[in-house]
Amino acid sequence: MREFAFSLVLMLIAHCAAAFEIEDHRWFGADNASQTVTILSTADIRFFAPMIESFLATNPAVAVDYTVASSTEVMRAIHAERRPFDLVISSAMDLQTKLANDGFVQRHEPDGAHVMADWAVWNDMVFAFTQEAAAIVLSNKVFEDLAVPRSRQELIALLRENPDLFRGKVGTYDIRQSGLGYLFATQDTRASDTYWRLTEVMGGLDAKLYCCSSDMIDAVEDGTLAVAYNVLQSYAINRQDTGRFTVVLPSDFSTVMLRSVVIPNNAPTVEMARLFLDHMLGQAFGPTGNAALGQSALDQRNEASLHRIRLGPGLLVFLDQLKKRAFLQEWTNAILQP
Amino acid sequence: MTPPVAQGSIRRRLLLLLLLVSAAMAVLLYFVVQSVAQQVAQDSQDNILAASARSVMDGARSVEGSISVDLPYSALSMLDSVTDERVFYAVWLGPEFLTGYRDLPRPPLRDQSTMAFASREFLGEQVRIVSVGRPFAVHEGQVLVEVSVAQTLSGQRQTLTEISHMALAIGAGFFAISAILALLVARSTIRPLDLLTASVARRGPKDLRPVSAPVPHEMVPLVASLNTLMQRLEASLARSEDFIAEAAHRVRTPLAIVRTKAEIIQRSVTKAENRAALREMIHAIDDSSRTAGQLLDHAMVAFRLDNLAQETIDLSALVQDSVERLRPISEIKDITLMVTASDAATIKGDSILLQSALHNLLDNAVKYSPAGSRVEVALRCGDFGPRIDVRDTGAGFADLDLERLTGRFERGTNSSGIVGSGLGLTIAKDVIEAHGGQLRIGNNPKGGACASLLFPWS
Amino acid sequence: MRFLLIEDNSALAAAVVDRLSLDGHVVDHAGDLETAKDYAATTEYDLILLDIMLPDGDGRSFLAHHRDKKTTTPVIVLTARSEVSDRISLLDLGADDYMVKPIDFAELEARCRAVLRRRGGGARNAIVLGKLEFNPASGTLKVDGTEIQLRTRELRLFEVFINAPEMVLSKPALVDRLFSYDEQVTENAIEVYVARLRKHLTGSGVSITTVRGLGYKLVHA
Repeated sequence: MREFAFSLVLMLIAHCAAAFEIEDHRWFGADNASQTVTILSTADIRFFAPMIESFLATNPAVAVDYTVASSTEVMRAIHAERRPFDLVISSAMDLQTKLANDGFVQRHEPDGAHVMADWAVWNDMVFAFTQEAAAIVLSNKVFEDLAVPRSRQELIALLRENPDLFRGKVGTYDIRQSGLGYLFATQDTRASDTYWRLTEVMGGLDAKLYCCSSDMIDAVEDGTLAVAYNVLQSYAINRQDTGRFTVVLPSDFSTVMLRSVVIPNNAPTVEMARLFLDHMLGQAFGPTGNAALGQSALDQRNEASLHRIRLGPGLLVFLDQLKKRAFLQEWTNAILQP
Repeated sequence: MTPPVAQGSIRRRLLLLLLLVSAAMAVLLYFVVQSVAQQVAQDSQDNILAASARSVMDGARSVEGSISVDLPYSALSMLDSVTDERVFYAVWLGPEFLTGYRDLPRPPLRDQSTMAFASREFLGEQVRIVSVGRPFAVHEGQVLVEVSVAQTLSGQRQTLTEISHMALAIGAGFFAISAILALLVARSTIRPLDLLTASVARRGPKDLRPVSAPVPHEMVPLVASLNTLMQRLEASLARSEDFIAEAAHRVRTPLAIVRTKAEIIQRSVTKAENRAALREMIHAIDDSSRTAGQLLDHAMVAFRLDNLAQETIDLSALVQDSVERLRPISEIKDITLMVTASDAATIKGDSILLQSALHNLLDNAVKYSPAGSRVEVALRCGDFGPRIDVRDTGAGFADLDLERLTGRFERGTNSSGIVGSGLGLTIAKDVIEAHGGQLRIGNNPKGGACASLLFPWS
Repeated sequence: MRFLLIEDNSALAAAVVDRLSLDGHVVDHAGDLETAKDYAATTEYDLILLDIMLPDGDGRSFLAHHRDKKTTTPVIVLTARSEVSDRISLLDLGADDYMVKPIDFAELEARCRAVLRRRGGGARNAIVLGKLEFNPASGTLKVDGTEIQLRTRELRLFEVFINAPEMVLSKPALVDRLFSYDEQVTENAIEVYVARLRKHLTGSGVSITTVRGLGYKLVHA
């Protein structure tokens, strides 16, 4: 999915001493717009563009400067380098929470036009605007003759029974690189021990590790992978029209991630940031809420099996350096079997 | 009478004091409730913080001589369970920083196994910090693991706001109840005073008996002074009356002797000039005695007007009495004195004063009427109240200016040769006005004067 | 008439006694309450004149005492006090009338008449002279059994004459008896009244004759 032809942008950002690594960048709106909202985000441009376009439709005089980076890089840009952005959007709830907890974020009073769910706000600083589940993506080609597993247990059994079929064709996040992958992994372990068993099974099958959901979907589509675990359901659904894969939400439990947005303390144009934030919340919770943001797919599911990750200081626990070191150590031992 | 100068009110002052005390109590209550509740809220926050810190400490393990800390998920999430809080923590192994927030201030531990609390500012917000310590055995011996956990105070602030509201409500409620009680207390305290006032106010003008009804201890001096004052007043009133009577006696007795002697002498004198001189002398004596009489009457009237009696008076009887009293004098002058109308009417007032007023009008009428004429008295009940008209067939008033006529020592301009001090009209006017009525004078179309006493209905 | 004068001021008392004697009255004088009570108990008076301020007590106590004895003798109180304060209580105590000093004797005479008339005659009987019958108490005059209506002054003039029959009364003396001192009268007025009275007395056998240069006198033909 990587877009090309942004070397110029890269150079420009490099010129501004870009120590953090960006993946993508796009300018929305008129070049000569009087005001600009600068957004640093982990969401793909394709995924987020509708939101920006709907904003520009009502605010034509504003331009949006949209930069994409991985969650770890986003954290570095804000936490370590203090880059000035109006809004920071990330799927890594733990890192967003840490930004807020550590005082990098300013509070915001939503304009109140819409009723926000309690779980969607933390401390008036972190605002969730989508909820997206982690799904299992299965290659239709491989599963032509096999029963589609509905839960982790079924997946484990399937993998164990067909080691030859799946060796080298199982993929998941490299949680050492991906903040979202780490978040999903840690929350999975909180919900059930099954995660460790699955990780060990995947490790035994020479699992391939990826940095992002898009790459995993690509790999399933082109036949590199038969099974991708903990893929963002919303991304997968967006591309399901190819008919090459099936998206499964495990019935034992589905970890649901909240994509959230914060306004950093050093936002250059705070008013625009607030305007855009309210627009996002309006889209997410208002009557004209945008179903494309992954809400609709979840609505059909039983709330009981949803394991919605809660915003809050609990998320800081797995960011603890000792804890993280221990967790990664255990995970590496499980997934990289000699 | 000058109304008493009112300065302040006991009831108001009492009420004010009680209200002030209530307000002070309410404010005190407010602060006490708030501070107690604050303490409770602080304690409960501290308890949660302590629990959190202990659960972190429980994650500390000595593995093969080195310390590892496995942060339990709930250790931090429990701090956020009710309200969103920012949470900070730090774990130190002796002087060595292990994990968490290195800059987090740590309240100093007094000894190794206690905990300590502090309120500080950290990363731009007020936080409450707890530190707990626990010694661990390592290769080098013992080392102290110190866990500090801090959280922001938004929950506590919210609790405190609620507490503050509650304390305010309690304070306000207390004040409201106290205010009602204060009102009742003030009323009940002032009640004996009200009762005393009522009992004194109910008295007639001549009732100067001491107050004998029981009064509260504190009011005894007041009532005692009041009684003394009334005693003195009674004595002084009696003295004034005695003085006037004595003065009258002293003036009139010599006059009486002179007049009587003059009459005796006149009988034996035949020379016309001498008779005329004696006549003038007697006339002068009559004049001065009448003046003295009316002066004293006027003083007495003024004295009685200050304390106007309120007895029920039958006006027709009063008219009849006055006419009968004057009839012998009118007969001397061959004047026909008659009551032409006598409607039934009663009013409230001082009968002696009213009799005096009417007597003066009748006296004037008889004095200023020629021999053989008529003086008519009529008591009628008009639309506006009873009125008594006294008509004569004399020369009438040459001057109808009542103000001037009733000035002291004024006399009608055509009254020369007739004994009178001019105080008669003044007395009549003062009396009738004290009864809420008015004196009217006028001349009859067919000649003669008409003086009327107009009463209000009472 | 017989008067009892109760008066502590002896100068005034003497003057009053003299003055009343001039009109033919008999007056006993008592200077204090005790003497007065003695006199009243032993003699029957036509009228009692009572001063209200006495050395041995208030005249009111005499009034109370007097009324207790159920005597019918009328009492006229003489007071030097203010009319306003004394009036009601004196009458309440049973005085028939009262006068304020100094005494106008014409007024006193008028009040005596009024009191006696109210009391219904007192001790005196009608005076009969020829066809003429006079009741001094009620003041009615009958000639030949027919009542004659006299005006007040005519009646008083007649009284003066009938009380002194066959005596010459001068015009000034008659003026003194008939008019009060504040009236400006000439002796001609007497002539007018005498003329009126003569007219009423026509046919009664009693007439008023003129004594030239001296006055008038009542004669019974």
